[in-house]
Amino acid sequence: MELVKPDFGLVFWMTVSFLIVVFILRKFAWGPILTSLKERENSINDALNSAKKAKEEVSNMKAENERILQEARNERDKMLKDARDTKDAIVNEARTKAQVEGDRIVTIARETIQNEKLAAIAELKNQVATLSIEIAEKVIRQQLAGDDKQKALVNDLLKDVKLN
Amino acid sequence: MKVSKLSLISIITFLALTLVFSISSKAQDSSAVQPQAVEATSAEAGAVEPAHEEKLNAGKLIMEHIADSHGWHLWGQTSIPLPVIVYNNQRGLTVFSSARFEHGHKAYEGYLLNEAGKIEAVNELGEVEAHTATVNKDITAATYDISITKNVFSIFITIAILLLIFTSVAKRYTNKRKGMAPTGLQNAVESIIIFMRDDVIKASIGEKNYEKYLPYLLTLFFFIWTNNVLGLIPVFPGGANVTGNISVALVLAVLTFIITLVSGKKYYWQHVFAMPGVPKGVLLLLTPIEILGVFLRPFVLMIRLFANITAGHIIALSFFCLIFIFGQETLYGTGGGLGVSPLSIVFTVFMGFLELLVAFLQAYVFTLLSAIYIGAAVEEHHHEEHH
Repeated sequence: MELVKPDFGLVFWMTVSFLIVVFILRKFAWGPILTSLKERENSINDALNSAKKAKEEVSNMKAENERILQEARNERDKMLKDARDTKDAIVNEARTKAQVEGDRIVTIARETIQNEKLAAIAELKNQVATLSIEIAEKVIRQQLAGDDKQKALVNDLLKDVKLN
Repeated sequence: MKVSKLSLISIITFLALTLVFSISSKAQDSSAVQPQAVEATSAEAGAVEPAHEEKLNAGKLIMEHIADSHGWHLWGQTSIPLPVIVYNNQRGLTVFSSARFEHGHKAYEGYLLNEAGKIEAVNELGEVEAHTATVNKDITAATYDISITKNVFSIFITIAILLLIFTSVAKRYTNKRKGMAPTGLQNAVESIIIFMRDDVIKASIGEKNYEKYLPYLLTLFFFIWTNNVLGLIPVFPGGANVTGNISVALVLAVLTFIITLVSGKKYYWQHVFAMPGVPKGVLLLLTPIEILGVFLRPFVLMIRLFANITAGHIIALSFFCLIFIFGQETLYGTGGGLGVSPLSIVFTVFMGFLELLVAFLQAYVFTLLSAIYIGAAVEEHHHEEHH
């Protein structure tokens, strides 16, 4: 049973020396080692985090670039579309204006033609009247060439007057 | 492929070396074994000059090897005498070399070394023959033996190794290499420290409290491991059965016990004395078991370390003793011893590797369980749903 009987001297030395070792190692070994391990871990973590952040930033930038590019593309498309619209609008307007102008000119022309026509007709009428009078004068002159004929006419006229 | 080939070569080399060593040391060992056996019996009989062959007492030999002693046996008749320090109320403090005892043959300054290797007080204060001296039981009972024994000396060696390794490693963190990648010894030590810190201590005690217990637990782990490994080395400065000594295991277990008690929080004591959510009647049964458990845990911690390491020493010694048992004239003679030795060596080498694993494992288990007990003590009230 000697084997399982604690020995006073050994317990004494073991306790004393083990406690001393714990304190010495805590001060001169575990303290510096654990502190620097922690510091190193922190610095590695920081480095990893900042690398991750930088990566994120780069990807953000890429996204931003992409966005700007897309915006520019959109802008260009919009501008092209606007230009096309404007062109169309101008052409349409011009066409409308031309149409209106043309219509107006045609109308005026038609009116002028009408007026001219009326004037011509009136002139023609006058001419016809003049001609008719001249013809009638000439016929009358012919008919009134002798005295007897004049007398016959007067008579006729007189007959009519009597009748009236 | 290359690695396995290398390891195979190294194993074969190791085997060959062991064989050569064991054969060359066979003569020494047998001469080392016999005088001890002779001494032990001669002390009983009182005869000083035994010339005849003694029967080998393997059990006694092994027990002597795993027990503590006042001298460090090196080889043959050579051993390092260690200081004897005894204190007695009446006689005061007495310090002298254990060589004065002349292996138990002489009493010195009123003390003698008995058969079990313990110091006893005798009535005569002068130097007398041990076998004629009368033991004074009263004074012996009141005598405190705080000699630097083989185990104490071995503890000092371990401490020297620990201080040397860890202070030199710690310097790497503070000098100009500060903040740089670890190299060499620092690398090896660091990986073990990080393993113990992250996977054992932090995992058992918890993120919040673990830092306070790191110095104790790390010292505990490296102390046990170093001692275990030193114990596997058969020659000086190794071979002492330090962690396999009940006193050493007791001190370590008691330290863990004290730390557990001191750091125990309300939540822990509540669970010991009055487990919440348990009916009063059951508590009557449960509380004594829980209280017993508080004491049982460090006790088992002590027994586990003690038994594992002692068993390892006993097995290794037993295999070697087989050679000499078979080599006895009454059995098969020298031929028998030589015949058995290869088998013994193969088994011892196998056990050596196993013990190398056990050396780490026991240090690991002791630290892990200590951390778990401390972790249970400092646990906060946070997982109500389990109860």
